[in-house]
This record gives sequence, C-alpha cells and structure tokens, in this order.
Amino acid sequence: MIAIIDYGMGNLHSVSKAVERLGYEAVVTADPAVIEAADGAILPGVGAFGDAMENLRETKLDEATKAYAASGKPLMGICLGMQLLFSQSEEHGVNEGLDLLPGKVIRFQGDYKVPHMGWNKLSFLQTDSPLFKGLEEGHVYFVHSFHAKPEVAGDLLATTDYYQQVTAIVGRDNVYGMQFHPEKSSELGMQLLGNFLALTGSPVVQR
Amino acid sequence: MLAKRIIPCLDVKDGRVVKGVNFVNLRDAGDPVELASTYDQEGADELVFLDISASVEGRATMIEVVKRTAGEITIPFTVGGGISHVDDMKRLLRAGADKIAINTAAVLNPSLVSEGARKFGSQCIVVAIDAKYNEAWGEWEVFTHGGRKETGIKVLEWAREIERLGAGEILLTSMDADGTKDGFDLKLTRAVSDSVGIPVIASGGAGRIEHFSDVFAEGHADAGLAATIFHYKEMTIREVKDDLREKGVEVR
Repeated sequence: MIAIIDYGMGNLHSVSKAVERLGYEAVVTADPAVIEAADGAILPGVGAFGDAMENLRETKLDEATKAYAASGKPLMGICLGMQLLFSQSEEHGVNEGLDLLPGKVIRFQGDYKVPHMGWNKLSFLQTDSPLFKGLEEGHVYFVHSFHAKPEVAGDLLATTDYYQQVTAIVGRDNVYGMQFHPEKSSELGMQLLGNFLALTGSPVVQR
Repeated sequence: MLAKRIIPCLDVKDGRVVKGVNFVNLRDAGDPVELASTYDQEGADELVFLDISASVEGRATMIEVVKRTAGEITIPFTVGGGISHVDDMKRLLRAGADKIAINTAAVLNPSLVSEGARKFGSQCIVVAIDAKYNEAWGEWEVFTHGGRKETGIKVLEWAREIERLGAGEILLTSMDADGTKDGFDLKLTRAVSDSVGIPVIASGGAGRIEHFSDVFAEGHADAGLAATIFHYKEMTIREVKDDLREKGVEVR
C-alpha cells in the first residue's frame, strides 16, 4: 500500500489515480499510523512553501514524514513536496523545510517567463539510478516559480534546462524528489513513477 | 529548453462536448472524457475545458467530468467557464483540474485573481482575456460576457495588472481573429507577451498549420490553443508539431 500524505495541499486525486493506474493500492491519508505502515509514501504539494510547512506542522505530518524517511522505506516528494524535503526556501521570507536533503529553494530570477511552465526535457545525471531503469530522456511537465539547489552533488539525479540548470530529480538513499508532476507527464512520467513504486516492493493489485 | 505547447480546447455543456459557431447551433459532439483521452493520445500538451452550461445542474455535472478526466488523462488540463468565486475554484481543483481559468469574474472583481493565487498558488490561476482592437485608441480593448460587453479597459494594462495580482498564465483570445482561420493575431499576442513576465497562450484564428509557427516566432506566444481545426480534424496535433519541429521550434 502506498500512502499519499494529505496535509491539505496537493493534487491528491491525480497522484492517487496515477498510482492506482500503475497497479498499486493508494491511500490518501493524514493518519501517521497509516503512513508508518505503508510500503511507500508520496508527499505531494501544490502552493506555497510556507503554508505547506505550517500545515505539516499543525497536522504533525512533518514528524510523520521525517519518521518515514528514517524508516528506510521509499519516500518521494512531488513538486512542492520535493522542495519541502530541503533545508529551507526563500518563498515569502525564509522558511524552514523538512531538512531531509541539504540545500535550499530559491526563486527563478531573470529576463524570462516565470513560472517555468510546460514540458521540458530531462537529462539523467546518474544513469544507474533505479529510477531510470529502462527509460530514455524525454519531456516531463513542470510548473514552478522556485527551484531547489541541492548542496550535495550526489543528490542530484536529473536536471532540465531553463535558462540555467534546474534541479528536476533528487535522491539520496530512500528519499526521492521530482520537481515536475510525473502524474501529469504522460508516458515518461508514469514510467518514472512506476520505477519509484517498484522500489517499495508493494504488491501490484491489478494491471 | 522549454517546449512550446499545443492546446486543444473543448466546449462542454451539461457534461457533453458541443460544437457550434459562436454558441449558435450547438451540436452534441461526444463525451468530454473520451475526447480528452483521444487528444492526450494524439500528443496534446494540455487541454482546456470551457464549461458553457447555463444552469446550476450543468455546472455540477462539470465537476463529475473533471473527476473522470483527471482519472483518465495524463496531461494537465484547465477548466474555465462561469467561475466567479474562490469556492468554485476549490471544487474544480479538488476534483482534479490542474488550473482554473477566469474571465469576466476577474474583470468585475480583480481581487478574485489575488485571492485564488494566494489560496491555491499562481500556477493554478489562468486569466482569460477577450481582446478586440479599438480603432479610436490604436490598441486593444478588454471585452467580457463572452465577448459581448466592452469594458473601456486597455488589454495591455489589464494584462500587467493580472500579472501583478498573481495570475500564473494568460489565455489571450483575439476576437478579431477568432473564427476567421486567417491566423492568430500576431500583433496582439506579441504586444501582450512582451509586456508580461508570465506565459501567454494564444487563442483565436488558427486555420493552417503554419499559423502555429507564426504565433511562436512572431507572436512570442508560449502556447497555441485551437478548437475548431482539431475538432473537425482539419489538421492533427502531430502534423502541427512535425511542422514546428522542422522549423526548429522546440516541441514535445
């Protein structure tokens, strides 16, 4: 069973439908006990970093998420969910994140359109990552105004190019993050999500 | 680099896709979820659903359409039509829409844009502008109520205001070009796109394949939207993208 962490901000429906489409049981939950028992967990997120951290703290799901990361079972942050894994963000003032991955989240600045919105091509940096098994680089759907700068080079698994190198996929041990929306990125998105879910060892209930 | 986007638009009334010109002689053209799925498979980058239901029941049916669509397609979709309150936005986003589009309501109550952006994030808020050239002014005027009411507001000023309020994207329809099939309104699109720092979707006037490369090169649009030419299968998304690729435009 895959837990989709519900802290009040995230496209829970799209994410859980995508997980189900890949053949896994998805449970949208705010219950720390359910999360703890899950084979894999996904932290979705749409909206502002500060609001998200506030919600996570109020619901105590920040602790549940950190505990899950410490358990060693696969955890994935999507979009804002990925940004929350980091140490801090400069969105609406400096905000502390979950600090599971060292680094910070900064705003796109420059003479180009913000948000970075649309389909952009992935470059796989660590080609032997299990996330990229059997996959070729292609386009996925991004929509974000802030982007993460991991401190540790080894945590950066894939990038994309938007007037600079932009962090697209991160990962360290069991903790992963995708800046784009795999559930909204057609074939490649589903394959990437599928490779993550395969790591959980969760039983496939239907295909 | 970021690819240019091709976006089909579907008019939905009471849960069915309808075809017609200027909302006259509307004919049932199928199930929105099925059509959405077909467009997804054909390579559409995003979809826009425009809810033209006039009744409360029609609007409620749209929520069901959104839920089913979110479960079926794997590309982002935007829902617009009759959204006038933050609660409308919340219902549609919770049902699975990725973005919501507001038009008349934003003009009548601009704080709706900032409220929506604050609550759900700018990336969810698309503001649609219906623009018509005003000869006396020498620039474009904002129209509301399905293009029926002039507002006295200048499009370029409104576009900048929308951005300031927190909209994530602008869906710009040229009333002059719409239905003509003579091409997108390049001057209008370029003027708006160059004056804001948020993405602009061009809409209205697409009739030939090369109109798309024009609106990206000349019009500086980030995306091109069309309804008729795709519905009536006058061209396919694949054909449009092949042409763009040949001309060196980045597409998915």
